[in-house]
Amino acid sequence: MNKKVLTTPIKDEDLEDLRVGDVVYLTGHIVTCRDVAHRRLIELKRELPVDLKGGAIFHAGPIVRKLDDGKFEMVSIGPTTSMRMEKFELEFIEQTGVKLIVGKGGMGPLTEEGCKKYKAVHAIFPGGCAVLAATQVEEIERAEWQDLGMPETLWVNRVKELGPLIISIDTQGNNLIEKNKAEFNAKKGPILEKIYSQVSFIK
Amino acid sequence: MEKQAAVQSLTDTMAKFTAYIGKHLPTDVEKKLAELRAKETKPLAKAIYLSMAENQDAANRLDRPSCQDTGVIQYFVTAGAKFPLLGELGEILEEATREATRTAPLRHNAVETFVEKNTGTNTGTKIPWLDWDIVPDDDGVTIDVYMAGGGCTLPGSATVLMPGQGYEGVAEFVFNVISSRGVNACPPLLVGVGVSTAVETAARLSKKALMRPVGSHNADPNAAKMETLLEDGLNEMGIGPQGLTGTNSVMGVNIESSARHPSTIGVAVNTGCWAHRRGRIRINADLSYEILTHEGAKL
Repeated sequence: MNKKVLTTPIKDEDLEDLRVGDVVYLTGHIVTCRDVAHRRLIELKRELPVDLKGGAIFHAGPIVRKLDDGKFEMVSIGPTTSMRMEKFELEFIEQTGVKLIVGKGGMGPLTEEGCKKYKAVHAIFPGGCAVLAATQVEEIERAEWQDLGMPETLWVNRVKELGPLIISIDTQGNNLIEKNKAEFNAKKGPILEKIYSQVSFIK
Repeated sequence: MEKQAAVQSLTDTMAKFTAYIGKHLPTDVEKKLAELRAKETKPLAKAIYLSMAENQDAANRLDRPSCQDTGVIQYFVTAGAKFPLLGELGEILEEATREATRTAPLRHNAVETFVEKNTGTNTGTKIPWLDWDIVPDDDGVTIDVYMAGGGCTLPGSATVLMPGQGYEGVAEFVFNVISSRGVNACPPLLVGVGVSTAVETAARLSKKALMRPVGSHNADPNAAKMETLLEDGLNEMGIGPQGLTGTNSVMGVNIESSARHPSTIGVAVNTGCWAHRRGRIRINADLSYEILTHEGAKL
């Protein structure tokens, strides 16, 4: 099977046929962007120091080593819990024109709405696989808002075939993790009933 | 050995061990992941398990922390009352954390609360977090080092049930936490459950439960039975790696307990992600040591 590779800048038509559960890879640029960067843009109305139109963001706080020549080396970079950015993501997509949001776990109805309205997708990179991802980073080209410390700095990465990226919210607003969670919750009741009858230790 | 040299020697050992556990999973976890991977039947889940294995190989080969989130460093110390450096141990572990942060390198994860500034050293007020148990008539010390990332720390929950809710209520609480919040915590998880008298006692025990080997059981037959029931039940939900559905959900469920007030059942859940980075080291009075969790480990 051929690898499906997205390249930045990403266009609407690159995403429209993708559906939740599809696996893609990314070549081009991806910028780390997490809690405080979202808060600065949306709540504090500060302009982002990076143009994200057609771009990709990574909910990630990496380990970066500063080299003697002043450049940065990506040591370890994996996704963080995307749900923390849920309250900001709809406005974030609207204001920045970002097309691909990479993170971990699911996101909620605001992100679904943003993905549907502005033709963007959320994708999951396998959590904890941070050295795998670091080996797919060719270079850290810039580092913005370094005052936020290592995890929160906006690291501008040039990547080659970053992935696997599992589409978890598509441009139709389908949400893979929410669907999975509903399935887990539906199974929960009957399983617990079986357990209850065997743990009546208080007699 | 002069005291100062002894302090330096132990600091060096603990810094190296702290860095080591961020790069290598303990043997019990590695074996369990291999077993879960072999049992997995869904293609997407299999692909995720493959990425996980590739990642651990790359971390080993490149000598890097396998996950970027190297957590807030916690040390669970079981100290012999006669250990020669007992009084110095707190400072030694703090310095070891600073040293490991530079050398590993570890991510800077200590943010001073209220000041809201990252200290950049992984040390800060009461951090690294130290948990102490004192053993009489022992001149050595056993230390569990634990790195929990934010992802698997977020699901942590505790409550106090009324006795009428019984152990059925404990089971329900565990299932609610895992089904609603475990999905984002990098499953397959190791689930730690504390059953005790209050929130703080249950919470501490639930974390101590995560220090127990995968596949081990509580000494009490009822508690051990409940571990198996919860493990099988959670697996039946089929959460799979990363919550993307699969044959299993968890690496296991470990329960630790204490006696309780007759009117309360304190219950807490802590989760360890698949990259369950903990290590146990036994240090003798002469500062020779043995690593108990990682077969073939060399510092």
